[in-house]
Amino acid sequence: MLSLAIAKLNDFFAALAAKETLYLPVDNDAGQAQYKKWAEGDTLSQALNTVRSAKDFFFPQTENLVDFKVDGKKIEVIDPRSESEDFVVFGVRACDARSFTILDKVFLADPVDSYYKSRREHGTIITMACTKPEETCFCTLFDIDATNPEGDVRSWMTGDRVYFEAITEKGTALLDSMKDLLTDSDDSAVESQKAETKKILEKLPFGKLKMDEFKGENLLKLFDSPKWASLSEACLGCGTCTFVCPTCQCYDIRDFDTGHGIKRFRCWDSCMYSDFTRMAHGNPRLTQLERFRQRFMHKLVYFPSNNDGEYGCVGCGRCLAKCPIHMNIVKVIKTLGVEQ
Amino acid sequence: MQQETLIPKIGVVTDIRIDTPDVKTFRVVGLDGKKLFEHIPGQCAMVSIPGVGEAMFSITSSPTNEEYMEFSIKKCGCLTDWLHQMDVDQQVTVRGPYGNGFPVESALKGKDLLFIAGGIGLAPLRSVINYVRDKRENYGSIQIVYGSRSKDDLVDYQEIIDEWMKDDGVEVNLTIDREQEGWDGHVGFVPNYVKELGPDIHKTVLVCGPPIMIKFTLAGLKDLGFTEDQVYTTMELRMKCGVGKCGRCNIGNKYVCKDGPVFRFDQLDELPNEY
Repeated sequence: MLSLAIAKLNDFFAALAAKETLYLPVDNDAGQAQYKKWAEGDTLSQALNTVRSAKDFFFPQTENLVDFKVDGKKIEVIDPRSESEDFVVFGVRACDARSFTILDKVFLADPVDSYYKSRREHGTIITMACTKPEETCFCTLFDIDATNPEGDVRSWMTGDRVYFEAITEKGTALLDSMKDLLTDSDDSAVESQKAETKKILEKLPFGKLKMDEFKGENLLKLFDSPKWASLSEACLGCGTCTFVCPTCQCYDIRDFDTGHGIKRFRCWDSCMYSDFTRMAHGNPRLTQLERFRQRFMHKLVYFPSNNDGEYGCVGCGRCLAKCPIHMNIVKVIKTLGVEQ
Repeated sequence: MQQETLIPKIGVVTDIRIDTPDVKTFRVVGLDGKKLFEHIPGQCAMVSIPGVGEAMFSITSSPTNEEYMEFSIKKCGCLTDWLHQMDVDQQVTVRGPYGNGFPVESALKGKDLLFIAGGIGLAPLRSVINYVRDKRENYGSIQIVYGSRSKDDLVDYQEIIDEWMKDDGVEVNLTIDREQEGWDGHVGFVPNYVKELGPDIHKTVLVCGPPIMIKFTLAGLKDLGFTEDQVYTTMELRMKCGVGKCGRCNIGNKYVCKDGPVFRFDQLDELPNEY
């Protein structure tokens, strides 16, 4: 295992940023952790996690898919993409790292989304093990080990050192390029930190919810449950949960007339919105009940039934923290997770 | 370069046929004058006017047509209004084909086929009808029951009269909702007409039309003795990507754009009633 004194972390960031763009969680003026392009003077946030998830790096909130030049009856199609540059994201938590593998199952499935794929190929992820999981965390429910995150490189911060372990080829190459700054260390400090954190994880209130009911065989039974009415009753349809969610991937495609041509954008969309499924001939999801149900059925039943049982949730707890009416996936799991 | 599914091709509209007061059929070829791509009957394509909108339309021409593709489009929104006011030689963008299509080379082969359509619902079925007419030897008898609000609202009327009705082994039964001057054919709703006609219950059925028509037609077919695994339909939900990623056209765990749009009714039974 390789390590570095925390006091030297800024040198590590500077060396990384000299090679490729580096993003890491930094507290903004409002004291909220946000991923930011590192610049001299930026220090790593001490927050457990960023307010927004890390999905933006591969699936940005808006992106230009294609451009058109229109001349009378003629149309020209232009691929607006330029060569993508390599980038590193430092400090991704285990939950967000798992969200990338979930998004991969959507965007890398045939036919591959080349916009997403290109970003995945150009990005290197350095994850950071959690030491102080909060009560809103429930990653353990989805077999995510917050003490041993996935990624290209995983890291641990303990005592006065940061420890690194490469997982992928990309990660090995990255650590190799940093070896002047890193020293070989034994992993005893990391192991004792893992053991300490696991004690906290075991006590988390939502870590052991009952998930047995959420499976493809129960699709119709769960869909038809009368409990959706009370669960969805107070939902405002604001879509906050979908925007902070690291696995929500629904998108809209819209054109914008710049005056010099048409730009076609892909933007995040939300199944919580009333016009999401609205068509000329009607709308199959007329009330917030149907829209609310869609979001949770997708994460807990539809997605796993198409993806070998993998749930579309990573237990990051952002929706628990951000929902204005305090409704969330944990309450849905608790309410519907008991035999109907 | 790999196929970029979200980057469309340019199509040129070479012919616009006025079918009904609110339906036009657009003939589209590529810039090279050839067909843009091959498809299976029942598959769809995303047609767009950049800056106006992009939407999914069924390809109404048969794959056996080697020269061009056609889209029969009803005027009912922003994009379709625009398409209806454009002239020949207008360029559009097209991407596809999307969806599974009807099983013309498997489950439908050798079967006696009963097509039931209402209004613009004939558009996706026309692709299958012309495909099986062109490959007549592979299929049994063909019966087409087609109805519309009025005589003027029958899509492809000229083709039905001039070609389908003159084919051996093709029976066409037309109906309109209300009595109309100059119409001496059947009057009445499609579901009732199907029951009156009492088709052989061994036929394989392909139905498309307004949801309410499909609902009553299916009930009528069941009364006659048909089972759900004999009846296919094609679905329509709002779509943006066409490849099962944008997340809006799902019925339960199936995406209409990718797993559909063609479903058998026994398959739909396993899905939530949310369409």
